Formats: sequence, C-alpha cells, structure tokens
Amino acid sequence: MTRRLLRWSPLAPATVLLVLFLAGPVGYCGYLAVTDTQLTGQESASFVGLANFRHALADPEFRNAVLLTLVFTVVSALLGQNTLGLALAGLLRRASRPVRTVTGAVVITAWVLPEIVAGFLLYTFFERRGTLNAVLAWLHLPTQDWLFTLPILAVSFANVWRGTAFSMLVYSAALAEIPQEVTESAEVDGAGGLRRLWHITLPMIRRSIGTNLMLNTLQTLSVFGLIWALTRGGPGNRSQTLPVFMYDQAFVKSLIGYGTAVALLLLVVGALFSAVYLRLLREEV
Amino acid sequence: MRSTTPVVLFTAAVLAAGSLTGCGSGSGADRNTVKVAFIKDTNNRVKVRDDYVALVARQFEKANPGKKVKLIPVQASENDYYTKIQQMMRSPKTAPDLVYEDTFLISSDIRAGLLRPLDPYLKSWDDWRQFEPSAKAAARGQDGRTYGVPDGTDTRGLWFNRTVFAKAGLPADWHPRTWDEVLDAARTVKRKVPGVIPLNVFTGKGAGEAAVMQGFEMLLYGTGPDQLYDPTAKKWVTGTRGFKDSLRFLDTVYREKLGPEVSDALSPNIQTNVAAELLPEQKLAIDLDGSWLGQQWQKTGGAPWPQWARTLGQAPFPTQAGAPPGRVSLAGGWTWSIPARAPQPALGWKLIETFQSKANAREWCTRGAQLAVRKDVAADPRYLTSVPGIGFFTQLVAVSRYRPALPEYRQVAAAIGEATEAVTAGDATPEQAAARYDDTVRSLTGGAVVAKP
Repeated sequence: MTRRLLRWSPLAPATVLLVLFLAGPVGYCGYLAVTDTQLTGQESASFVGLANFRHALADPEFRNAVLLTLVFTVVSALLGQNTLGLALAGLLRRASRPVRTVTGAVVITAWVLPEIVAGFLLYTFFERRGTLNAVLAWLHLPTQDWLFTLPILAVSFANVWRGTAFSMLVYSAALAEIPQEVTESAEVDGAGGLRRLWHITLPMIRRSIGTNLMLNTLQTLSVFGLIWALTRGGPGNRSQTLPVFMYDQAFVKSLIGYGTAVALLLLVVGALFSAVYLRLLREEV
Repeated sequence: MRSTTPVVLFTAAVLAAGSLTGCGSGSGADRNTVKVAFIKDTNNRVKVRDDYVALVARQFEKANPGKKVKLIPVQASENDYYTKIQQMMRSPKTAPDLVYEDTFLISSDIRAGLLRPLDPYLKSWDDWRQFEPSAKAAARGQDGRTYGVPDGTDTRGLWFNRTVFAKAGLPADWHPRTWDEVLDAARTVKRKVPGVIPLNVFTGKGAGEAAVMQGFEMLLYGTGPDQLYDPTAKKWVTGTRGFKDSLRFLDTVYREKLGPEVSDALSPNIQTNVAAELLPEQKLAIDLDGSWLGQQWQKTGGAPWPQWARTLGQAPFPTQAGAPPGRVSLAGGWTWSIPARAPQPALGWKLIETFQSKANAREWCTRGAQLAVRKDVAADPRYLTSVPGIGFFTQLVAVSRYRPALPEYRQVAAAIGEATEAVTAGDATPEQAAARYDDTVRSLTGGAVVAKP
C-alpha cells in the first residue's frame, strides 16, 4: 500500500495543479451557472437553481445562436476546412517542390496569424470597399456588401481561410503514410483517380479524418475573436454564434450567471459532436 | 528519484499556496502613505493622465511634508480597469485611498458598498460651490449622498461642414430649432451636394455606448422629461411616445438614405471612420458627436487636420419640437472617489482637494481635453482659448443631463443598442423594436417599470 502510494507520489504535484487550475475553474463555472451573479451592482448573488438554463432554452436569441453555431460549424469546419484541407494535401503531393513550398507557406501563414489579426485582415477583404468587391467589380461581376447581406457565410469563409492549414497538415501526414505499393497496384489494376480516392485513400486515412473532424469542430465551436472583429455578431444578430452570445450576456449585459450557463450549454454541444465522431472512429477499427 | 519527491511536493505546495492567496503579504497601513489608483491608457505613448497625476502628487508631497503618494496606475481597457479596481476595493489590504471612477459605472460600486460617502468632507469644502449642479449630481447615489468629485466632463452637439453648407445654400451660422429642421438641412445637402453623406447619427450595436449616448439618448432626452427613468417613482419607464419617435427619427435618417450606408453605420469601425476619414475628407455634412472630436485633428492627434477649426461649425442639438430649453446634451466624465475600505480616507480627501484646486482643475481640463465642471475654470480665458470650440461645448454643460446613475443602466443601454440596430438594419419597425425594448426592461427589472404612453 505504502509502496503504491509512493509510486504515485511523483504525479501528485501535477494532479494538484490540474485540480487547482483546471477542475477548479470548471467547478466554479458550474457554481456560477446556478446563481444570478452579475458583474457589478449587486450586493450579493443568490442561488437560482436551473433558472438560467430554463431561461436559455426559452430564449429565442439563444436558439438563434445555437442554429447559427451549427451552420457555422458545418459550413466552415466540416465542409470547408476539412475538404479543402484534404484536397490541398492531395494536390500538393503531386505538385513541384517550389509550388509546394509557396502554397504551404501561404496557407500556414493564415493559420499562425493571431485570430484577431486575421479578423482585421479579412474585414478589409469582405468590406464594402474591400478587396473582394474590387476584384468582382474588375471582373464585371455584381458586388455586394458581404458582411451585411451574408454575415454568417462571410464569417464561415473567414474561418475556412484561417483554419484550412491545420487539416492540410493532418492529411499531408496521413497521405504520406499510405504505402506506395497499394496505390501502385490499384493503378495497375486499372483504377481511376476517383476510384482510388474512394476505395483506397479514404478508407486508409479514416482515422485521421475522424481526429481531424473532431479537432476542427471543437476549435470552430469556440471561435470568438474572428467573428467579433468581422461583425460583432451583427447586423442584428445574424452572425451571433454561441460564444458571441455568451460574451454579450456575460460582459456587455453583466449577467455572469446566465453567461456561464450558456458556456456550459456550449460545452454540451461540443460533447455531442465529439460523441458522434468517437462513435465513427470506433466502428472502422 | 524518491529522495527528491518531498522537495517537489513542497515546491508545489508553496507555489499553490502563493497563487491561491494572491501572494498577498499585506502592505498594511503605512500612516504616511496615500495610495491612488487610476487608469493608464493601453497605448503606452499616451501619458496625459499619468503625467498630470504625478504632477499633483509632487505638489501634495511638497505641501504635506512627511506624506508620500503612492501611484497605482492600472494599464487596461475601461472594462478591465473597472473589474480590477472592484477587486482591489473589496479588501482593506488592497483598497487604495483614492480611486478614479467613471460616472457611467460608479452606481454599481455604490450599490455594492465599495465607496465612502463624501458629504462630511464636502460640507466644509468651499470649492464645492463652484461645481455645476448637474456635475454634482453625477456621482450622487440613490441614497442622496455624494460619492465622488468630478474632474471634468464632455458634452454633445452637431458638428457641420461650412464648405458643404455653402454649396448647399445653407447658412454658415446654422442653428436648427427642431428635429425637422435638422432633417430638412440633411435633405437639402442630399439634393444639392451629391456624393456627400448628409447626416451621421450613431446607431446600432457596433458603435456601442456611442450609439446609445451620442445617438439615441440625444434624441430621447429632447422628447420630454423622464423618458428613460422616473426618479420620483424610482422606476424605469416603458411605452413612451418619445422612445418610438426617437427610433422613428433614426428610421427616417437611414430609410431616406440621409445617413451613411446602413452597413457602414452598423460596422464596429464607424466611430473611427467618422473622425479620421469622413469629416476630414469633407465627405460628411453634419455629425451628431462629442466635444472631444477636435483632439483627433490637433498636431499631436491621430489625423492632423489644421483647417478643421475654420471648416467645422458647431450647433446645439435641438429638442424634438423646440420645447425649452431648446438644446439637448448628455454628459459623461470621471470622478475621484474614496473606497469604503480605504485605510487613510482623510489623506485621500486631502488629495482630492489638491486635484480639484482651481489651478489643477484648469491644468487637467487643458491637458486632457476635458470640459470644466467648475464654474470659475469654465470662465477662465486661458481655458477657453486652449482648443477651438471648447467655449461652445462648455456652454452646454449647464443644460447637460447625466445618464441614470443606476446599476441596471448598462443592461438598459444594451437593450437600447439592440432596438436601434433592429430599426436601422430594417429588421423591425420602430413600434416593434420599442415593444421588444419594453419587454427586455420589464424582465431585467423584475417588472418594476412605469408605463408612460
């Protein structure tokens, strides 16, 4: 018994720190979510049970935010970053060295830029007098105010621009792992490009797809700075995803208790997505 | 390995204990030191306030031999500054003796019991008579006691471009008496000077509190008394005609395309655009904005524009139908306050007296581009000539109203921002937006509202 305890003891500091700095704040969050705590102007907070959660579920703005979060996640993470990342990784394998270097550098630059800097860059791109409209006008195509007419799509594309590098890196590594012989023999058997992709490549990198989808989704669910810089959730609340809604409630309207409840609900959404992916991952092994 | 375990454990325990207690070895009460907490600009190059506070501190130390002033500059954005000083004020170990408070948020700290009423000191302070009554009210709690001494304010009015006005055939000494006259001038500009935005009124959530205060409330306060909060009933007001009329004014401006493009108006960058581009590039004829705008165009400002003093005129913003006093302005500003748990409140008060001596008050107003709240400073020729237009905006201090200094104000303001955004974006009619605002206010005050149709 003592021996066992001693064997665990080197882990104790790490455990203590984890409990303090990770479990502590999470627990505190849980506590705040069942109170009516405000940022200022309150003598004392009181326990309100599940009122914050009930309020959220009945709040049309909250439901609007959940819907927009799903749109944002599906469009930008699942469809955008994921497919584009795979396509880029595949194309770059065949590309010449200089092309590969330049493309890789550009895509990765977008990724390493701080979120807020990327936000401002993309603002100048999408803005009414911005680069996108200038290019469209030059091509004699109709221009429009992207951030105003299609705010949720604009922020989704911004997120694709920023996050694709991650998927590209994951898939590049995965594709490099596929044994050359398998592809070659398929080629000899007369399988075309699409067929090889469907029957060989995709099944072989299935695990990476699962992992990548999960990481992309979790990262995208919590995107805040990008949307804040581009639209602040507006106009109206047409690009107000859950993190923006949460910030608005907690820090603009001072309702810390309600804001934390929303944060916990966001955690639930993330957990649901993760559960689905984990399921997918398990099946294919 | 095993022999090092205790060391590791011990270190971890010490680290944990240190971070948990906030490494607070109580500096205790040094009876000769007075501590001042104030906000330091997030831009390191802006040192206006730091320099001024240091100057006053040196004066204080000279006048009170043996006493020391300890400066606690808090470098943060306004919101973060607020959170920080609230935490400091919670404990007597960390509470400063003097703290710089924004009148916009001071009520929350009063309600939370963090501040000390100053009435006993004010009673025996002759200079207090020099303060404008409206400024005195800015830091008065709901209990009728005063919790801060204001050190300056700002007002709002119409800025108009004389060159554009000449082209449109409008007078150079423009002085609109009703909302309709403002709109008519804007329509004239639209007709006669194409390519120029006739009128900017801040709106929506992007501009934040600027839209609520410079925009909507400038309108609302001109529609009749107590349109937002009824001080006799001590309740927030809902269902007023004035609220809907103010939203209708915004609707008119943006529907008739008298304002900037809706998407620009709702963009988070509209304030910067107006001050740094639209006005200096002569692309905007009339702007409903704050007294501080000129700062930006000084030689040392962000967008130097030497001709601005000649090009731009100022006019007071009128009441809806010209009802007395005929002009509307809202005021903001900061105060010096003493925390309830301050170890040396008496010294803190002495320092306030030094800060707000006539000479130092004038020094601060000219350095910090603040409007004077002391009548003797406001009449001082040296102050009046320090920045062009300062005389005009100082006159407005007398008619200026402060926002309801109440803890719920922030949430009410957020609801106003949403209402203006919905109307401007065309998502709701003024009636619908007003109804939604009423619902929000009713829910956040637990139903304690008065309806004033």
